[in-house]
Amino acid sequence: MKLITAIVKPFKLDDVKDALKAIGIQGMTVSEVRGFGRQGGHSETYRGAEYTIEFVPKVRLELVIEDNDVDNVISAIRTAANTGKIGDGKVWITSVERLIRIRTGEEGRDAI
Amino acid sequence: MTIDSGATAWVLVSAALVLFMTPGLAFFYGGMVRSKNVLGMLMQNIFAMGLITILWAAVGFSLAFGGSGKYFGNFDFFFLKDVANIPALPGYVGDFALIIPPLAFVAYQMMFAIITPALITGATADRMKFSAYCILIGVWAVVVYPTVAHWVFSPNGWLFQKGALDFAGGAVVHINAGAAALAVVLVLGKRRGWPREAMPPHNLPFTVLGTGILWFGWFGFNAGSALAANGLAAQALINTQLAAASGMIAWLIIEKIKAGHATTLGAASGAVAGLVAITPCAGFVGGAAPILIGFITGFVCYLCLTLKTKFGFDDSLDVIAVHLIGGLAGSLLLGLFADKAINGLGADGLFFGGGADLLGKQAIASAATFAFSFIVTYVVAKILDGTIGIRVTPENELIGLDQSQHAETAYQA
Repeated sequence: MKLITAIVKPFKLDDVKDALKAIGIQGMTVSEVRGFGRQGGHSETYRGAEYTIEFVPKVRLELVIEDNDVDNVISAIRTAANTGKIGDGKVWITSVERLIRIRTGEEGRDAI
Repeated sequence: MTIDSGATAWVLVSAALVLFMTPGLAFFYGGMVRSKNVLGMLMQNIFAMGLITILWAAVGFSLAFGGSGKYFGNFDFFFLKDVANIPALPGYVGDFALIIPPLAFVAYQMMFAIITPALITGATADRMKFSAYCILIGVWAVVVYPTVAHWVFSPNGWLFQKGALDFAGGAVVHINAGAAALAVVLVLGKRRGWPREAMPPHNLPFTVLGTGILWFGWFGFNAGSALAANGLAAQALINTQLAAASGMIAWLIIEKIKAGHATTLGAASGAVAGLVAITPCAGFVGGAAPILIGFITGFVCYLCLTLKTKFGFDDSLDVIAVHLIGGLAGSLLLGLFADKAINGLGADGLFFGGGADLLGKQAIASAATFAFSFIVTYVVAKILDGTIGIRVTPENELIGLDQSQHAETAYQA
């Protein structure tokens, strides 16, 4: 099992969710986060004084999937979240040791 | 004394309009501070409505409008004693006879006394102890405001008799509050992290809402100062609207040129700058003059924004650039644009055949107001700083005024 973590532009969230549902993904967790990468921040001007806002709003998706879904999920996220402009975000994959469904106690792929 | 019912109705409504400006100011400033300080800002403004109301009834009105002294009022109207039945307030006879009940005048002037020290809160944002603030504006509302109001507004006051003009408070409200703001800021010091750290406004929609309330209330402030429901009140009202509009446009033009974008905060700030400038002029100018006054002041105030970083005083929300400079600009421009054809009790300015006479008087009134307010406020702030302390602790400043001064949070996570 793998944990997929993806950081995407907030306005791309719905597209990414729809693409993942279309390939059979049944659940995910989403949080609003702030950060910066190569895109950097942006500048704002208040009464003539310019401020650099370094942390820009992003959305973080987390989902646990079976090993053989990894390539499909990555390509779905990449296709849906891509604008071609700097700041589209990242996806990374982490191995998951155990996964347990709280209600039933099912483990592993049964809990996905 | 003849009471005119139309005039009375308009002044009573104007009193309510001017009162509404203080919560408007609270939102104007409240939107510009960081979210941890927004309740501190709202509270300082709203509390002025509590404290100064009582002080005005007790001694403030009497010190401003009692007696026939040139420099100070007296205690004849202690807790509004006899005001309801007096035939005429001191000095308000002949050309200056009131056609409204003296108590309507008391209420109307009270609202000016409330908002004037509240203007200071924009300069001292985010770092002043609430206890020190209460004492400072309390003393100010008894010592500074009534004295300047007496000099300029009362027909017995020395600046009024000298012939200096101030229709609705360019000197009494804006120069007075702006000078006090500068004095307190010099004693208080900079916000921690200023100007290195970004402290952007946390809610500009509040600021725009506050601007709308201020603009709306300003009709009471300026047109109400006619103390009658007549052509002069209408002139003051249209002048107010024109100057707010041209102040906004001027600010946005220069902002677009110098900083690249026309901003909502710029539109709000420019409108307020125009309103400040027209305040002394509202009942003494006409034609295109209010448009020029608003326009010139919008430019000048924008250019003065950089003074604080140049000289290193943290006038957090630009009270000095907008109110002190705007008030000075309006008071001095009146020396150019005043027109006796608009108001026979006024004077002719430089551009209307009156020579530089009025301009000189306006300069004296502005300088006297600035000096008195600055010196007294500086001394009071220094005494507070040396006794109870005027500034919150560094930890409390970091936590924010909302939690440290009031044990509240504006926005629950």
